[in-house]
Amino acid sequence: MALKKIEQRKKRISFWILVSISVVWVMPVIWVISTSFKSEMEAVSGGLNLIPRDFTLASYRFIFTDQNNNIFRYIRNSFIAAGTHTGLYLLVASLAAYGYGILQFKGRDRIFWLLLSTMMIPAVMNLIPLYAVMIRFEWLNRLTALIVPGLGGVFGIFLLRQFNLTIPKDLIESAKIDGASHLSIYLRIILPLTKPALIVVGLFSFMGNWNDYLWPLIVINDDAVRTLPVGLAIMQGNYTIFYSRLMAATVVSIIPVLALFMASQRFFIKGITMTGIKQ
Amino acid sequence: MRLNLKASNVSTTPSAIKELPKRFEPALFILPHLIIFSVFFIFPFFYGLVISLYDWHHFFPEQRTFIGLANYRRILFETDHIYYEYFWRGLRNTLTFVALSVPLLVAFPLFIASLINTEPRGYKLFRAIFYLPSLFSIATLVLIWRWVLNTNLGVLNLTLAHLGVGTNIAWLSSQPFAWISLVMMTVWWTIGGNMIIFTAALKDVPDMLYESADIDGANLFQKFFRITLPSIRNQLVYIFIMTTLASFNVFGQPQLATGGGPQQTTTVLMMYIRNIAFGGGRPRPGIATAMAVCMGIIMIIISIAQTRIIKRMGD
Repeated sequence: MALKKIEQRKKRISFWILVSISVVWVMPVIWVISTSFKSEMEAVSGGLNLIPRDFTLASYRFIFTDQNNNIFRYIRNSFIAAGTHTGLYLLVASLAAYGYGILQFKGRDRIFWLLLSTMMIPAVMNLIPLYAVMIRFEWLNRLTALIVPGLGGVFGIFLLRQFNLTIPKDLIESAKIDGASHLSIYLRIILPLTKPALIVVGLFSFMGNWNDYLWPLIVINDDAVRTLPVGLAIMQGNYTIFYSRLMAATVVSIIPVLALFMASQRFFIKGITMTGIKQ
Repeated sequence: MRLNLKASNVSTTPSAIKELPKRFEPALFILPHLIIFSVFFIFPFFYGLVISLYDWHHFFPEQRTFIGLANYRRILFETDHIYYEYFWRGLRNTLTFVALSVPLLVAFPLFIASLINTEPRGYKLFRAIFYLPSLFSIATLVLIWRWVLNTNLGVLNLTLAHLGVGTNIAWLSSQPFAWISLVMMTVWWTIGGNMIIFTAALKDVPDMLYESADIDGANLFQKFFRITLPSIRNQLVYIFIMTTLASFNVFGQPQLATGGGPQQTTTVLMMYIRNIAFGGGRPRPGIATAMAVCMGIIMIIISIAQTRIIKRMGD
């Protein structure tokens, strides 16, 4: 009984500490949202009020109608780049994961561990030579430069292969006895059974690509193909003194990822847990 | 003759023909990735080592001369060279960021995770709140924080003034506040992932261990250092290394929030590398690549050392 009481008290203390830290944690976002609904006048008045005195949608109206504002083009470009990248990566990685997890061939494990060990190499070492490759391929200022090079990523293959290894061998053997080819085993058995892992890998490659900043900053100079993070960074320079508009743009930039997170929260948590227990 | 050959082929080896696609089956599965991996990873890796041996201007193939290890000598040893100054100042700034951010980025999420692990009311909502900022891109992050930290109009300074402390601190343009700001926004941005890994790790620590410690009369600290930390050692090693490597790569926060200032005190190595390779004026990819190679080697050495040290501490 005493133990139960201690348990209850622990929960209560944890709860109140978490509440107080959470308030601090959400404050920056609340402050931004609040500013976006204020008039430019009120935004620079120095008031601490979170509820706007003269609530207005003017900044959002401006963001949606301003001819010089390209935020929706940036969002579209980001969707095209991240979406295409994710679709292709799921295909390439799941094929490879089948190769390293299900198929049996000479040198299989050696090749796979060699691949994994390359993850030790910091990406910074490849940055400049990869740019030189982009020049040679004439991929500068094209979304292709944001879509294709990342398809060589190893981590997704690693996660999918780990998942493949948990699939009962009997299932695959009996399909083979029934005369199924590897392609049909991959399509009919592995893909449906590894769906949760595919969703996790898909989410992370989408988010990674969507939020990438340094690489697009280097390879994309043309505003027509610019993606959201670099585009936003440039808007920060253009709207300097229009804080309310800037914050409205910030809120708009958050909405797509927020929607994705709401729709798939449990996969995010599952995915991060999967990566963390890798050792 | 020809007809004959064909006929004999078909008649004698029908099984061999059937076998043929089977032998190439693995290739069908792994080759698409291996080809992309070779072109965009293996090749650039070795190509990078090559171009670090060249004096190169503007990525023009004709403006390239082989100079051996001179780039490395310049950045590592020639004290009067401008690139020596850039490299060491950048490295010092990056290391400062690593040293300031990594302890917080490991300890704070562990603290939050141990609170969440008691599963109080609404713990799933708390978990979501702490994870949320990691969804934002660096540009969004900086937009949010520049406004929060704005000297005259930001919520932080306004609150401090309201409480009667602080006199309009210039968070992003004076030291030590620039470092504090960069670390603060990074903690806010990235603890989510580590927190979730820790939460999962703490869940797997058997309650039995704590119960028997309770019977032995162990206090909270003893339980934490004798039971919790050793039980989550693997995840701890993983998080320490991953967080250190991530902090080494810091670029966007100083580039967008402080512009590397004040007086280049927050210009990190990644910013110098990018400016030298791609910046305005005269891009010098050769020497920038040499810097990147040095940075990469330092990162590898540090992560190996960390693994060794933490492994040994546990034994």
